[in-house]
Amino acid sequence: MKDSFSIFVIPFCAGVLVLLGISVWKYWRWIRSFDKLQRAIIRKNIWSWRFLPAIWEAFREGLLHWRITKKNLLLGYMHRSLAFGWFLLIVVGAVQARLAYPDGHPFWMAIFYNYFEPECHPVDFPRAAFFANLMDGLLLYVLSGLMLAMFKKVWSRPLGMKRTTRHTLMDRVTKLALWSIFPLRLLSEAVTAGINGNGGFLVTWLGGVFDSIGISNPAFEYTCWMLYSVALGTFFSLMPFSRYMHIFTEVFLIYFRQLGVHDSNKKTGYTMFELSACSRCGICIDGCPLNRELGITNVQGVYMLQSIRNLELQRNAEPIAENCLMCDRCVADCPVNLDLSVIRRQVRIKNKAAIDTKQGYSYLNDVQPFNAIGRIAYFGGCMSHLTPDITRSMEIIFEAVGQKYWYMDKDQTICCGRPLLQQGFERQAFELRRKNTEMIVNSKATMLITSCPICYQSFKKEYHLSIPVMHHTEYIDMLVKSGRLKLRKDDRRVSYHDPCELGRGCGIYDEPRNVLRATTTLLKTDQEREKSLCCGFNLGNPLLDLEQQTRIRDAARDNLLAPHPDTIATACPMCKKAFTHADNIPVKDIAEIVAANIIEGSAQ
Amino acid sequence: MKNFGFTISTGRSINLDEIREENISKLLEMVPSYKWCIGCGGCTATCSAGAFTNFNIRKIHNSFVRGQYQGLDKELQQCMLCGKCLLVCPRGVNTRSLIVNMRRILAGVEANTFKGKEVIQ
Ligand code: SF4
Ligand code: SF4
Ligand code: SF4
Ligand code: SF4
Repeated sequence: MKDSFSIFVIPFCAGVLVLLGISVWKYWRWIRSFDKLQRAIIRKNIWSWRFLPAIWEAFREGLLHWRITKKNLLLGYMHRSLAFGWFLLIVVGAVQARLAYPDGHPFWMAIFYNYFEPECHPVDFPRAAFFANLMDGLLLYVLSGLMLAMFKKVWSRPLGMKRTTRHTLMDRVTKLALWSIFPLRLLSEAVTAGINGNGGFLVTWLGGVFDSIGISNPAFEYTCWMLYSVALGTFFSLMPFSRYMHIFTEVFLIYFRQLGVHDSNKKTGYTMFELSACSRCGICIDGCPLNRELGITNVQGVYMLQSIRNLELQRNAEPIAENCLMCDRCVADCPVNLDLSVIRRQVRIKNKAAIDTKQGYSYLNDVQPFNAIGRIAYFGGCMSHLTPDITRSMEIIFEAVGQKYWYMDKDQTICCGRPLLQQGFERQAFELRRKNTEMIVNSKATMLITSCPICYQSFKKEYHLSIPVMHHTEYIDMLVKSGRLKLRKDDRRVSYHDPCELGRGCGIYDEPRNVLRATTTLLKTDQEREKSLCCGFNLGNPLLDLEQQTRIRDAARDNLLAPHPDTIATACPMCKKAFTHADNIPVKDIAEIVAANIIEGSAQ
Repeated sequence: MKNFGFTISTGRSINLDEIREENISKLLEMVPSYKWCIGCGGCTATCSAGAFTNFNIRKIHNSFVRGQYQGLDKELQQCMLCGKCLLVCPRGVNTRSLIVNMRRILAGVEANTFKGKEVIQ
């Protein structure tokens, strides 16, 4: 005689309790270690309407896996069927149990509905058969995703992934528990259906088969349900220690992000949420230039986060964090939108703390600001001094439109500080920012224009200037649009290289292209915009040697040369330097192309 | 007068006994490309910090291998890590890495080196 309880539900219930207890404890600890700014942002925005977009995003990303689907349909289907399918199984199961037992029921009866149904006498609710079939359909949906996941293990190419993540032991065990849940559910329900004839189309059919081969008996039935419950219980208890914690954490992370919280230079509770929200999907591996060109496959986002999270692997965090170009390709690819470069920088900052001193720059104290009232400030940047054609072209452009300017770093450059910050020298970078800010503010310049995307990102995001900051491509685009600068089109056919810091770093993709379309014939390349390839010569990676940088550069060059341009255009002095020696083809900054194509007398 | 980044060196003596071999081998382990340096001074000529002071990066790494450690760390702190020297060096020496690792060695906080595949269990 069955009633609403059976011993086999205990592993499941215990698993749920463990999961709940540990999750609440973990999340609580993490939330308490948010830093001051992060707390202030939460307090300020918690009563706003921002939870609405957060709910939508959590649904879209946590359940439908939209961003992954955009990368690869099959991969998206796999993730969606497992996540959304299981979610629906739980929700529809709960509705079904609610309708069947209007007077209430213990919560496990929704999970093990088919087992208890024959003896617990549910009421005759309308559409009971429909629900049974729906549940079977959903189970089939989840199982289809599971098959794909297994298929991906042996052959991942069709799912758009060349390399998949190497998981830790804990993750592999937990995955085994997860993978066994759904086949066990099918088996249990089918045996019950074989005995009692309940359930939907799938399990009744399979139950019939079991019956015909004579294996449907109560003892076997009980064993199956026990195994199913044990699989669930194991999965739930291991979940908080495995990658599957990302299922819940991502929802929290999305909410905090919508509230406006962002990562800081130190590891905080928010970072813990990010570490845990990584699903270890491994999407960050394929696009990484270190993997593509150099076969370095153990430093990408997924392994960096793993080394920070996992106590045994923590000694690897430093060398992993160092070995990265900071090109942000993985940041653009990550479906969870994790701030991988900021987290990487946190590790670098921690490891440079002992040698990060700020006394070294006292020689800058004597540098006097300039009176630039009524002018804009132009900051060429350190690198532009090695590509004087760029700065000369900018001067030609300023003169053509009659713009009065102050060339801030004509003779001496105080570096913007971003190269220091990228390497983890937080205090030293701050000193340089302080000095540059003082110079700019005291000059009373009305706008800041820079030719180097590294400086641009720094001035834009790390300085808090009250005047507009523009990269020269933005500025030229603005001049052209407003009619202040008139350009002619020449017969050059150009491929444009998106510099990492300008494109993925600051989202400037269209302005350079507008300017190039106005002056040349712009060709399309295979990997552009968010997918653009790093030129390999940026300052992010202190470990690569020249030969390795050159290999990365050559891959980017081949991509640019594919549509047979006669000029390579870019918007960064460093990229220009990188490509200049790559081939005989001319490499021009957009400013140079513009300066050569000004129609005389275009000044207003 | 125009400052070309070069100054007249003050007189100094090199005491070979002061050289700590392990410092040089550590540096070469961290920055293998340093062995290609020909001491041309290109890095110094272009240096952003050198435009403000007589900071001389070639002199510093020379002093380092000659065992003249006195005051080096303090001098090295003037570098802005801007990377110009890196692009100028005709021998492909990873100058920024050289600077950071000299500082680490002088301060006794060496980097944890990367040991191949041990990252993943
Ligand atoms: S960092 Fe992002 S892309 Fe990489 S494994 Fe984690 S979730 Fe996937
Ligand atoms: S930032 Fe670039 S180099 Fe670094 S891990 Fe990501 S893709 Fe690879
Ligand atoms: S430019 Fe290169 S080769 Fe010349 S001194 Fe500097 S590091 Fe040595
Ligand atoms: S990185 Fe340092 S040594 Fe090299 S040019 Fe810049 S300031 Fe000078």
